[in-house]
Amino acid sequence: MKGRLAAACLVLAAAPLAARAGEETLRLKEAPGRDLAQGRCAVCHSLDYIPANAPAMDRAAWGKTIQKMRDRFGAPLTDEEARQILDYLAANYADKS
Amino acid sequence: MPTRRELLRAAAGGWLLGGAPPAARAAGAGGAAETLEALPGKKPLIRRAWRPPNFETPLASLVPEFTRNDEFFVRYHLAVIPEIDAETWRLQVGGSGAQRPITLTLRDLRHGYERVRIAAVNQCSGNRRGLFTPRVPGVQWGNGAMGNAQWGGVRLRDVLNRAGIAGGAVEVVFNGADTPVLAATPDFLKSLPIERALDENVLIATEMNGQPLPHWNGAPARLVVPGWTGTYWVKHLTEVRIETAPFEGFWMKSAYRIPTGKFPGSRFRTQETPETTPITEILVNSLITSHVPGARLKRGAHVELAGKAWDGGSGIAAVEVSADARRSWQPAVLGRDLGRFAWREFRYRIDTSRSGPLELSVRARSRDGATQPDTLTVNPAGYHDNIVQAVSLEVA
Repeated sequence: MKGRLAAACLVLAAAPLAARAGEETLRLKEAPGRDLAQGRCAVCHSLDYIPANAPAMDRAAWGKTIQKMRDRFGAPLTDEEARQILDYLAANYADKS
Repeated sequence: MPTRRELLRAAAGGWLLGGAPPAARAAGAGGAAETLEALPGKKPLIRRAWRPPNFETPLASLVPEFTRNDEFFVRYHLAVIPEIDAETWRLQVGGSGAQRPITLTLRDLRHGYERVRIAAVNQCSGNRRGLFTPRVPGVQWGNGAMGNAQWGGVRLRDVLNRAGIAGGAVEVVFNGADTPVLAATPDFLKSLPIERALDENVLIATEMNGQPLPHWNGAPARLVVPGWTGTYWVKHLTEVRIETAPFEGFWMKSAYRIPTGKFPGSRFRTQETPETTPITEILVNSLITSHVPGARLKRGAHVELAGKAWDGGSGIAAVEVSADARRSWQPAVLGRDLGRFAWREFRYRIDTSRSGPLELSVRARSRDGATQPDTLTVNPAGYHDNIVQAVSLEVA
């Protein structure tokens, strides 16, 4: 697990073209689980994808999305991390009416 | 009470008007204000996502016949996007169905093949996803994940024929230089049915509106598949493979799929299952570019409703406007024909003789007889929103 994450960070560090100045100003809502969600999600994509999708999301939709990130896109998350991120996103970014 | 669809359009149009009302801004995609930001070499566009970059063309920039290179929308799935040196760039053409694999330089492409140009709409499969009800996940595009350009390059089929197409070839697979952050993430590869790859209109393009392709639109060479949605227009092309078996990659097998049989358009039989099939052709559609919802017109003034209409390549036969809740339809005047894959401008003189609210609806009809539907066919990925367009105005 640690090895995979370290590898992920190395890949990110080796990809300076991926990020433009200013992305670091994007922040998720302050609530339990935020740091984990920010740290893991931002490996592959900017954090604005999360509020942008909130109107389309409920807890079940976030569950499917996190599963897709793990199974299809190879996000290295433990079950416990995935659960904490789901709790955080469902509590803060699930605005589907 | 304006709908979310109207507010979204107003938000995008607000830039044109020098600032949308706060309500419209608040109703932008994702419920947040829409941010305009300029990528290097681009004008400010609507930022839908930072990284991978997804930037939408504002409504005002969809008014010209050809969309400017520095205002053309930007859409990426993968975050590692190299700046490619045109001198060292190479295109590998091979695969299990190629008889003589070849490697091409940009110079080979420029001088070794007949140069051709074609005007065509490039429209993202998910254009208008942000207008869907119910909402669906994905980049929450408004109307501007599209544009019309004059593409210049060589015919894909000329390159494929140089490599030699073996009997039994079923698909051609395309890879670009953009890559994922994690090795475990599927690289963005797409395939076309062999018969579409051999269509004379499909290009390996190196120019856009007479200029070299902008970095954010696929420099130095990209695929141009007129009539088919943008997902097939692979940017920063590095590899073309003629294959004798259907391509199994994630971006074909799992992504960019629609329910089988629910929509018109070419079938992609080697990728079809009883449940789902790849999205293929752009459906007949229109966009009002002259007015945003709530616009006020002066009574008695000469005012024209205007916009664009396009389809997947049969061309536009007519655009009609209704001012009486879609009971009767009047023809709009069509602009210059730029080719059957391009969009067509339309104009319609608005009757401003009576004060009060005025709702105008617009529908296009293609030369193959297809028209825009009244209701959305809901699908999980939010594709193919081509419903009749409407705008609420006020004459005073």
